[in-house]
Amino acid sequence: MNKYTERLYNGLIKENPTLILLLGMCPTLAVSTQAMNGIGMGLSTTAVLILSNVVISALRKVIPDDVRLPAYIVIVASLVTVTELLIEAYLPALYKELGIYIPLIVVNCIILGRAEAYANKNPIGLSFFDGLGMGLGFTVALTLAGLVREVLGSGTAFGLQVLPNGVEPMGIFIQPPGAFLVIAAFIAVMNAIGIKTRQRELVESDGCDHCCANCGAMRTCPSRKLEGGESK
Amino acid sequence: MTNLILIIITGALINNVVLNQFLGICSFLGVSRDMKASASLGGAVIFVMTIASAVASLLYTFVLEPLGMDFMKTIVFILVIAALVQIVEMFLKKTSPSVYKALGIYLPLITTNCAVLGVALTNVQNSYNFIESVLAGFGTALGFTLAIVLLASIRSRIREEDIPEPLRGAPIVLIAAALMSIAFMGFSGLSF
Repeated sequence: MNKYTERLYNGLIKENPTLILLLGMCPTLAVSTQAMNGIGMGLSTTAVLILSNVVISALRKVIPDDVRLPAYIVIVASLVTVTELLIEAYLPALYKELGIYIPLIVVNCIILGRAEAYANKNPIGLSFFDGLGMGLGFTVALTLAGLVREVLGSGTAFGLQVLPNGVEPMGIFIQPPGAFLVIAAFIAVMNAIGIKTRQRELVESDGCDHCCANCGAMRTCPSRKLEGGESK
Repeated sequence: MTNLILIIITGALINNVVLNQFLGICSFLGVSRDMKASASLGGAVIFVMTIASAVASLLYTFVLEPLGMDFMKTIVFILVIAALVQIVEMFLKKTSPSVYKALGIYLPLITTNCAVLGVALTNVQNSYNFIESVLAGFGTALGFTLAIVLLASIRSRIREEDIPEPLRGAPIVLIAAALMSIAFMGFSGLSF
């Protein structure tokens, strides 16, 4: 496996940002009401992630170390704004469905996490594939969660009827509680079949969401060292 | 007046920021392992979110809107919130060490809490005026505090229970959150 496909494999499977690292929980829980929303949100985030990785990688020797996080935030926020305007113009239905969660891509932990852990110390090409892999991993996980919730909650998959007519869909799954239940089930299944996830960090952290942006505790932060260690 | 009370109730209970809007999940799940830490984080969030809503609302009405730079709101808000938290932290450290000690390490962590940016953006979306924005920020933060303190007390009881192996750790916490979310759905009947 060459190092480019290795990046894709890493993002999609080995370090899947949502299912294994359990990052970016807010959008995962919020927009997974339908499989289509998962694809829309996933691909928007992928676009931002690829571009931010490429830009940050290209500027990695220019941005002074002390102000890198504010610089990353400005870069990511600009890219998100462009993406938001494009979606509003060309995909108004998706824009309406995702609403506030599109601008909130800015604070998605995955994006600043990859900038900090990978893009700021690797060349442009590899950073591109890292962004692509991580973005697709996020998209797959989001679509999967959306599919489960949509089938159980409204009896459809990608808008097509799948449950037979006599079966009453369980509406709770497309309501907010369903999001927590489905993600809980995902993690429980992975625990049961022995796939290691970062679940301990999810429920026993000190409130750090691994974004590191402007966090005053950054210099002494243990989770930051952990993120840095992953990028070898 | 009823309108203003309604904004607080909507923010705190009906559209609860974590259980209904899914913002600030990271700190909600992470910090809730400890009751005292949860209360401190809640206090810090109330503090920061109210101020951030006020500043974001002023900036939007008096700077962004007159200049026609509405599309810049995401960039401006996140930078302002990041800077604001640092200023609030320095200010508290100098002027009231006791409050600083209580809110402790949680102030800087809040910057990346997506709930703060989320509230600022929602306020703009709902075209709230200054007072409404401040109250919405306060109400939302109150809802966050309520949810995290409740989850912390549930978790202190879960800890003693015998839970099936695969559900230990994150799944059982998420299931507890789901049950709380179901309970909070009851508030959606509170439409005035």
